[in-house]
Amino acid sequence: MAKTSLRDRISNEINAGSMADIAFLLLIFFLVTTTIEEDEGILVRLPPWSEEEPETQKLRERNVFSVLVNASNQLLVRGEVTNVASLKQRAKEFIRNPQAREDLAESPGKAIVSLKNDRGTSYETYISVYNELQAAYNELRNEEAMRRFGKQYENLSSDQRQVVRNTIPMILSEAEPTAFGEEN
Amino acid sequence: MSKFNKKRGKSSPAISTASLPDIIFMLLFFFMVVTVLRDTELKVQVNTPFATELTKLEKKSLVNFLYIGKPNPEFQDLYGSKPRLQLGDKFSSVADIPLFLEKHKVKVPEAQRDAITSSLKVDGKVTMGIVQDVKTELRKSGQQKVNYSAKRKESF
Repeated sequence: MAKTSLRDRISNEINAGSMADIAFLLLIFFLVTTTIEEDEGILVRLPPWSEEEPETQKLRERNVFSVLVNASNQLLVRGEVTNVASLKQRAKEFIRNPQAREDLAESPGKAIVSLKNDRGTSYETYISVYNELQAAYNELRNEEAMRRFGKQYENLSSDQRQVVRNTIPMILSEAEPTAFGEEN
Repeated sequence: MSKFNKKRGKSSPAISTASLPDIIFMLLFFFMVVTVLRDTELKVQVNTPFATELTKLEKKSLVNFLYIGKPNPEFQDLYGSKPRLQLGDKFSSVADIPLFLEKHKVKVPEAQRDAITSSLKVDGKVTMGIVQDVKTELRKSGQQKVNYSAKRKESF
């Protein structure tokens, strides 16, 4: 008789104290492994819409960095066939013009990047081209920030950023695309 | 008979309920993990391109999303396989953009309306034609802050 009661008592008392720890372990595991998807992208400001034809400005050719992307995703930069990989370097050289060459921009403030594509250009190519141009400006601004303030551009105060932005403004003009190679 | 009764009476009937909260927690976690936080169902295929110069979208309430891509296979009978624009949870045409923007705008406090950003989630394979039409319509509606959604590419 005594033996039976002992067995009953043992089987009825399972220690549940560690359950909470197991649950916490699971919670922590999922907290650590979960990545909340973040939305990122290239931020641009579109020009305001006006009904009238924009007045054509006469620009000196040396100040214009024209980038044409055609419907078969080929690049023509200032009349030369180029690839996306060398675009950033060329843009930087054009804007900065370290050797004060006659055929490159007079000053970073006067440099204008003109981007034109076909309606048949793939979005992927457009974004990679835009990304390279943005990268060129970002790197130039970073270099300017390092030179003036000894800090990365993103660590500057808003006044200091304004100074850098005034020195190297990003002037990117996008022309209406030509209706070519539209997918149907 | 008497022996049988006696044995049943001796064992204590109480089952420990200490682990019940944990079971409930486990269920909670299960549903937390399985739930996908997405307010709009995608009806077009969007695979955004890669880029490096990215800006994070800070406030979700100030962002409206425009999706452009090929309709999903189940919608291709009805809408064809040409890239389409999706606003909210339905297929739309470019002409629906002003109303869509306005509907989002009224939900935003007036002081913050300048900070509204349109996030363009466009498939990399789409051609620029439809993107250009959307951009033109955004400009006409006075929506100038635009974010071209892209995935981060590690630069070396």
